[in-house]
Amino acid sequence: MADIAFAFKHISKRFFGVHALKQVSFELERGKILGLVGENGAGKSTLMNIMGGVLQPEVGTLLLRGETYRPLSPLDASCAGIEFVHQELNLFTNLTVAENISINSFPCMRRTPFINKRTMHQACRKLLESLNLDIAPTMLVENLSPGERQLVEIAKALSTDADILLFDEPTTSLTAKDTENLFSLLRHLRDAGKSIIYISHILADVQKLVDDVVILRDGEVMGGGPIGDFPIKRMINLMVGREINHLFPEKTPYATDTVILESQNISEPGIVRDISIKVHAGEIVGMFGLMGSGRTEFARMLFGVDSYHEGEVLVQGKPLPRHKPEQSIRNGMAFITENRREEGLLMDYPIIENIGLVSLPDYCAKVSRLVDSKRLFRRANEVGTSLKLKCNNLKLQKVKSLSGGNQQKVVIGKWLLKDPSLLILDEPTRGIDVGAKYEVYLIMERLASEGSGILFISSEVEELIAMCDRIIVWSQGEIMREFVRDEFSQESIMRIAFRQELDDDADIEVATYGNE
Amino acid sequence: METNKIMKFTLKNSTAVLFVLLFIMFGLIAPRFFTLKNFQNILSNSSYIGIIAVGMTFVLLTGGIDLSVGATMYLSAVVCGKLINDLGFSVTSAVLISLLVGLAVGSVNAFAITKLRLVPFITTLITQTIARGMGLFITRSIAVNYPDSVTLLSTSKLFGFIPLQIFIFLFVVFIAALVLNRTRYGRQLYAVGNDLESAMKAGIKCERLIASTYIISGFLAALGGFVTITQIGRVNANFGTGDEFDAIAAAVLGGASLFGGIGTVFPGTILGTVMIEMIQAGLVFANIDLYIQPIIMALIIFSAVFIDSMRTMQIKKLERRNILKA
Repeated sequence: MADIAFAFKHISKRFFGVHALKQVSFELERGKILGLVGENGAGKSTLMNIMGGVLQPEVGTLLLRGETYRPLSPLDASCAGIEFVHQELNLFTNLTVAENISINSFPCMRRTPFINKRTMHQACRKLLESLNLDIAPTMLVENLSPGERQLVEIAKALSTDADILLFDEPTTSLTAKDTENLFSLLRHLRDAGKSIIYISHILADVQKLVDDVVILRDGEVMGGGPIGDFPIKRMINLMVGREINHLFPEKTPYATDTVILESQNISEPGIVRDISIKVHAGEIVGMFGLMGSGRTEFARMLFGVDSYHEGEVLVQGKPLPRHKPEQSIRNGMAFITENRREEGLLMDYPIIENIGLVSLPDYCAKVSRLVDSKRLFRRANEVGTSLKLKCNNLKLQKVKSLSGGNQQKVVIGKWLLKDPSLLILDEPTRGIDVGAKYEVYLIMERLASEGSGILFISSEVEELIAMCDRIIVWSQGEIMREFVRDEFSQESIMRIAFRQELDDDADIEVATYGNE
Repeated sequence: METNKIMKFTLKNSTAVLFVLLFIMFGLIAPRFFTLKNFQNILSNSSYIGIIAVGMTFVLLTGGIDLSVGATMYLSAVVCGKLINDLGFSVTSAVLISLLVGLAVGSVNAFAITKLRLVPFITTLITQTIARGMGLFITRSIAVNYPDSVTLLSTSKLFGFIPLQIFIFLFVVFIAALVLNRTRYGRQLYAVGNDLESAMKAGIKCERLIASTYIISGFLAALGGFVTITQIGRVNANFGTGDEFDAIAAAVLGGASLFGGIGTVFPGTILGTVMIEMIQAGLVFANIDLYIQPIIMALIIFSAVFIDSMRTMQIKKLERRNILKA
């Protein structure tokens, strides 16, 4: 008999009458890492929330070490020795690393209410060392990079000495090196007898890390067992429910000679130097580079979010001096930002409010300037349908309740309402599943076929190679080289991005998403 | 690089720099400004606003606001006077009861905000009106005079040289700074103000923490009221009116954010309080027209807050990561 740390028995849960989970049963063995995979909206988050006491199941029971477990709040879960590392970070930016880690368990000086800072910092330093993290415990979290913050979040979960650890997409902003680091730590914890559930879209990581896997689709368990029985292709088939033969759509070149966007010698001290690019109608231009190579910063300048010191941006041949996003939008530009949660969406607002956000002035009556909500709704509905947006109610459902892939579709839909002639997409497929990714690619293809120019920023070379007409490679705020489609090669692109300085086995500091 | 560092330091400590500048300026205009007597007056005059501003800082840290402190001050002072004058209570017990009045008003705020989930702004506006109304009802808007036994307290000196009000002020600051910086309660308060949802997920008892700040604020308002009556010996119907705004101004001047999570009692709020008082005294010393003084006062506060909002942007720019290779 295997030693079962945690078991789900016939768990069911409905939202708005729709099954989010249907008779879900599986077990987590003690001292094992269990991978939980499924598309966005397959029910992984619901399952986690039930385990963490945020939601209660309608039917079914949870067993913790063989005994019934009924958590009513996150605190209950914590007391039972279950810790979560959520995808979104729960750190307090105004506190130090050490304070964040011990926020609920400050060590006090004997018989006083005063925090013993020395003990706190010592414990923290030890913890950070075990993660190979070179961060001072006294550092304020607001001064950390996204990757460092994610590692601190993980350290926080490890500090509690919990028996069962649950990781939800913990690697989204980690470099390859940090990811490797995390994995060896997880293996180490497993060998020390902890039980771990690991949720990820990156099937290659799952393959590499876990012992067992469970695959969910539409709230049901589609299969599960030792990872050896589930090669990546089988996992994908079970997740998506159909045979997926290609991860990318067939590339059709739609590029014309009409220049839609041009930047001339854009420079900003310390950020970018002398950047000149052109995007043609119907063309998909990729921008590749390591994290912090200046791609996103440049995109923000193009759109007018940040200022630049020198140079000029021309849209359809027309210069936009010192422009603000307002002028960019008026001239047919759209910017799908990197962080959809923070920059792309009003999470607490209904879908329709989000879709209508940019184009609201177009839906106002002529004189009274009142919003014609019927017309807006009709158009939003059209766009929603064309994007295959899965939702229950455009007007009532908050964006927060949508899955990641569908959230991204709302962001894209918001801009499609403006019929943009140029789209900047910054990491549009980050953190969304295979199926949703494919749909995002199709949307890009469709827009290009309709004559829009697309600037596609990504850290995934494969998707750039599959989708782009040209790829511009960045390094340290400069354009290193431009590749046309015939020259595309993963190796040479990477080599350029690293300035050819590294050996083959050096740390490749690039986020590795979706190698599936 | 060195100038960069100096820039950063100046920006990060803009209130302190402004404080020193104003201080020197007033001293140059009126040499009498630089006297020990004057410093003591400034500190003594700022003590009651300072005490209230400490409570306000706690509330602001959670992202709330307490508009009822001025009225609380009035009500508790009135209760104290009536107990002594009409009901023959001893000064000690009357003062203790008046402090309880502050706790009571704070508790009502706390209850309405955390249990009934009303917005702090409206809640404390209502309790402000009620507290003042109760005070007016008790006094029939007639001024309350305090016996010598109360006013003499202001002349008492601890250790022979620290006036009572300054001692209370410094004591409150000391305890508050200790609580905010060195206790679990204090650090969690910052966490709640930074991100309420994350704080709840982290298992912090947010409601209890938020409630406590209004109770502290109410208590300190009553204490501020007591300190004032020892100094002036008389409370009329508009006692404490508008003091809540001085307290908020002091906290914000000291770097507290109205959105929560940012601010310190020491040095922040204290610097803000003393600065307001110093400007007031300085304007008198500089012989500025009495009717222009409030305008200048407001302009100085405006520029301080303006500099503060500018500097946040500047600091970001200075600390931005450099992507380009040298």
